[in-house]
Amino acid sequence: MTRAALGALLSHWRRKPFQLVTLLVGLALATALWSGVQAINAEARASYDRAAAALGETRFARIARADGGMIAQETYVALRRAGWLVSPILEDRAEIGGASLRLVGFDPLTAPPSFLPGSGPGGAGGLAGFITPPGQVIVASGTAEDLSPEGGPEIVTVEGLAPGIGFTDIGIAQRLLQRPGQISHLILLPGQPMGRPDLQDIAPGLEIRPPAQSSDIARLTDSFHLNLTAFGLLSFAVGLFIVHGAVGLAFEQRRPVFRTLRALGLPLRRLLVLLVAELLIFALIAGAIGVSLGYVIAAALLPDVAATLRGLYGASVEGTLSLRPSWWIAGLGISVIGTGAAAAQSLWKVARMPLLAPARARAWALQSERALWAQGGAVVACLAVAAGAAAIGGLVASFTLLGALLIAAALSLPILLHLLLGLAARLARAPVTEWFWADTRQQLPGLSLALMALLLALSANIGVGTMVGSFRLTFTGWLDQRLVSDLYITARDEAEGQRLEAYLADKTDAILPIWSIKARVAGWPAEIYGVADNPIYPRNWPLLEAAPDVWEQVHAGTGALINEQLMRREGLAPGDRITLPGPWSVPVAGIYSDYGNSDAQIVIALDQLTSRYPEAERLDYGLLTDDPAGLARSLRDDFGLPAENMVDQASLKAFSLSVFERTFAVTGALNVLTLAIAGFAILTSLLTLATMRQPQLAPVWALGLTRAQLARIELGRALMLAALTFVLALPVGILLAWVLLNFINVDAFGWRLPMWLFPRDWLWLGLLSLLAAGLAALWPARRLARTPPADLLRIFANER
Amino acid sequence: MNARLLVALIWFPCAALAQGFAGLGSDAEGFALPKPDKGFDFPADHGAHPDYRIEWWYLTANLTGADGRDYGIQWTLFRSALRPGDPGIKDWSSPQIWMGNAGLTSPGRHFSAQRFARGGIGQAAVTVAPFGAHIDDWHMTANGPGIDSLEVAASSEDFAYRLQLSADGPLVPQGQDGYSVKSADGTASYYYSQPFYLVGGTLTLPDGDVQVTGQAWLDREWSSQPLSDDQTGWDWFSLHLEGGQKLMGFRLRQTDGTHYTSATWIEPDGSPTPYGDGHLSATPLATASVAGREVPVRWRLELPERGLDVEVSALNDGAWMDTVFPYWEGPIMITGTHSGRGYLEMTGYE
Repeated sequence: MTRAALGALLSHWRRKPFQLVTLLVGLALATALWSGVQAINAEARASYDRAAAALGETRFARIARADGGMIAQETYVALRRAGWLVSPILEDRAEIGGASLRLVGFDPLTAPPSFLPGSGPGGAGGLAGFITPPGQVIVASGTAEDLSPEGGPEIVTVEGLAPGIGFTDIGIAQRLLQRPGQISHLILLPGQPMGRPDLQDIAPGLEIRPPAQSSDIARLTDSFHLNLTAFGLLSFAVGLFIVHGAVGLAFEQRRPVFRTLRALGLPLRRLLVLLVAELLIFALIAGAIGVSLGYVIAAALLPDVAATLRGLYGASVEGTLSLRPSWWIAGLGISVIGTGAAAAQSLWKVARMPLLAPARARAWALQSERALWAQGGAVVACLAVAAGAAAIGGLVASFTLLGALLIAAALSLPILLHLLLGLAARLARAPVTEWFWADTRQQLPGLSLALMALLLALSANIGVGTMVGSFRLTFTGWLDQRLVSDLYITARDEAEGQRLEAYLADKTDAILPIWSIKARVAGWPAEIYGVADNPIYPRNWPLLEAAPDVWEQVHAGTGALINEQLMRREGLAPGDRITLPGPWSVPVAGIYSDYGNSDAQIVIALDQLTSRYPEAERLDYGLLTDDPAGLARSLRDDFGLPAENMVDQASLKAFSLSVFERTFAVTGALNVLTLAIAGFAILTSLLTLATMRQPQLAPVWALGLTRAQLARIELGRALMLAALTFVLALPVGILLAWVLLNFINVDAFGWRLPMWLFPRDWLWLGLLSLLAAGLAALWPARRLARTPPADLLRIFANER
Repeated sequence: MNARLLVALIWFPCAALAQGFAGLGSDAEGFALPKPDKGFDFPADHGAHPDYRIEWWYLTANLTGADGRDYGIQWTLFRSALRPGDPGIKDWSSPQIWMGNAGLTSPGRHFSAQRFARGGIGQAAVTVAPFGAHIDDWHMTANGPGIDSLEVAASSEDFAYRLQLSADGPLVPQGQDGYSVKSADGTASYYYSQPFYLVGGTLTLPDGDVQVTGQAWLDREWSSQPLSDDQTGWDWFSLHLEGGQKLMGFRLRQTDGTHYTSATWIEPDGSPTPYGDGHLSATPLATASVAGREVPVRWRLELPERGLDVEVSALNDGAWMDTVFPYWEGPIMITGTHSGRGYLEMTGYE
């Protein structure tokens, strides 16, 4: 009996292969987008880490001379021979192949594993080629384009390196930089042997510096990844609408089968078990396809095809995308859960179906006024949940708010469309127009799920796009603000700082001391910075809130700037007083945004800092110059400042932005994919409806409308519905972005990103959604235009 | 790119030779080749031979602790020339590369550590008079002329040892007066041993220091291509037999499933008798699963000419050297027609 029942159930899919394909494709796409987003997140985080490592070797403690000078190579050998596991680094700016590079010389034999970020083929000649002259310089491929190899070291390109940095052997670096026997600093390796003598006994004058803390980039991107994850979840939800539609249709069409099987004695429980087993198999198959597809998506979006191959063949190489078992489990799991969620309603209906129920398939969700009222009630309930969540606050509540708002928007779509179409029908005068509106309204229940999917996809696009765009604009502005100087230098001691000021006086446009002290302000750990009286700050330092004469106040010592974090924690506003160490009570003159820093920050005038806090460290300067490279060269060659004490922030900025651009490209592609899924949902709905709608269309045809006219009307209807949905999605998307920016970011990170609107993006999105709906309607419309008149005639014979 | 990986790629040819790993194929072009009947020139031959591609100073010791337990240690220094023609470059561009391996084995624990160093800068080197070999703080230093009296030390995060060695027998040339043939093709190396060290010293383990005494065996070997292309790995035995005799034997595994064996029987007075291919028979009796591989840890060794038929078994099956080029190396116990202790090294088990 079980076998026969299973055969009867499965025969449905044999007869309706397109439905099967719809189900599997919908589920696979949903799983694929989810898995892809996860992989991209993981990969992006890894590349930030590599970037941070490349920019600062932040992962390792280092040993350097306390006075900032060079370490003699003999000291390195002496430390090694005493048992200290250290690895030498020599870095400085160098002219290689006609371009200025930050050259990092290291010893491949003693450097820690994964010292060199990125991946790719090594140069020719193996280690011998790397360590013996002329040697090799490893750079990012973008950097290599600027270099012309002529007689010097071989240029080897590797993916994942920061631009403007070249890695080479320490011996080659000593030659290229003409610093024989010199080392900038030593990396202190983990796993030091037992019984080493003290560092001071072997190498007096050296000191250990702990690894740097997590970088600003990583902190900033946390909020971005959180949002990207939410976006992946939304894509998944959109995909589930297809599954819901396909499962619902299949169950409705099999009602006669269910009834017959039950009548023949198949227990309800076994029928349900069989149906669940059927769905489970589909979920597993589609999940497997989805995970593979998600991997393909992730790999295609990240320019790293080589990593894909390595991943598929099981070699786990650090820093590359790899297909891990946990992926499979997560992907299959989410596919099964998604199928369960999408099919729960249908299964529930089967479980409650009376044995002698009418077996005819209903158009599966003919919506009554009553159903609409019920749906309206659900919308109100969702909005109530959203309001409650907004009142509670906190990260989980914010996500609840987000979800409730989206569900409310999706549920209210059919109601709003119903009302709008009713209004249009009342305004219509010509008979065909009147029929058009009435018929659209009648079709709405069948299309509403697909349109809800479209609404979700569109509003997610608008919302996430707005958030990402705002984030990017803000971040760019923040970088500009923070990296206002062209070259940053650090003096090795205060005497050198004074000599630097004298030396640089006529060589730069401005010398901006960046002096600060660490302190506790209002109980929070804080940094107090002094700024020089230079017009570049008022020009480049955008303030969130400020008194009218903010900079005058700051420089007169009658006001201080505080960062947004401190403002939010203490509820401060311009005009309030804040007590700085001393104690010094000073009014808040302005508030500035500070993305990427969780600590409180206060900015006061430089002379206030030096007079009130004479202990402030006076080593760092920002320099304004038109020729940072030339200035860095003369500082190094003429003044003798080590290259590690100079940071060319232009390359740091370029790199930070390139990391973000890469991730934004991913978002763009995900937008298109989500829309494609929604378009697919519309296509499946329209195709399903097309077969059911012949009884409605045949009379209109008989009254004199040609099939071509009917097809055009169908196409127009799809476009009109898509346009309406887009218009409704616009406020939802903006609301979504507002929630993301004003609740989730604030709860997670303590800063509020300003929202920027991008109407041109919306225009594109609107056109794209029309295109998707148009393409989806084209096939059913063409089919209608070519339906043989005999088929339409037969409607009258069969149905009446 | 992982710098370790880079190292692995480059070291590969040398490690393949040194350890008998698969995929040799590198030719000796430009490097000196061993010749028969050259004889040794001491103390100069205790030092490095940079004209040859590879070379090692390889010490193993079977020890007994004051706690009554058996221990074994290994101290190894490898030299590899990435390119021929070493004019004694004294900076980073020297093509000489050094690798040190240290191991410590007890019945229940096994430790290993590894060091790498560039030649030319002093981080690793071997001097002749007085003799001294070092990489970082690991060293093997003579307390007088020659290598009769040595101090050997190594340290790592979780173990260390410092041992005093003194020889009570002569140096022993292996093969034909130190010319040790490694295949039917005639590839060969220069090879001599000092198997007569008596040892005393201290092992430092995570639970504290252990005073030890015992016997040690030093192997010195250098060549430019000791293995044939069709040899995939080797099993090497050094046995300290009760009664004072020593036996060195190795089995080179070949791709066609056959083996090339060689052995040297050493009398208590140090006089060696070499046995060419086919005399020594080494048969695995049992394997253990170590680091995901099946490695033979119990063997039958037969040398009928000397009436030797013994079974050797590992003190600790898990004596896996988890280094960049992993291999098995650990102390063994001998039973059968003879008894005693020794060391076993096995490479190329993938």
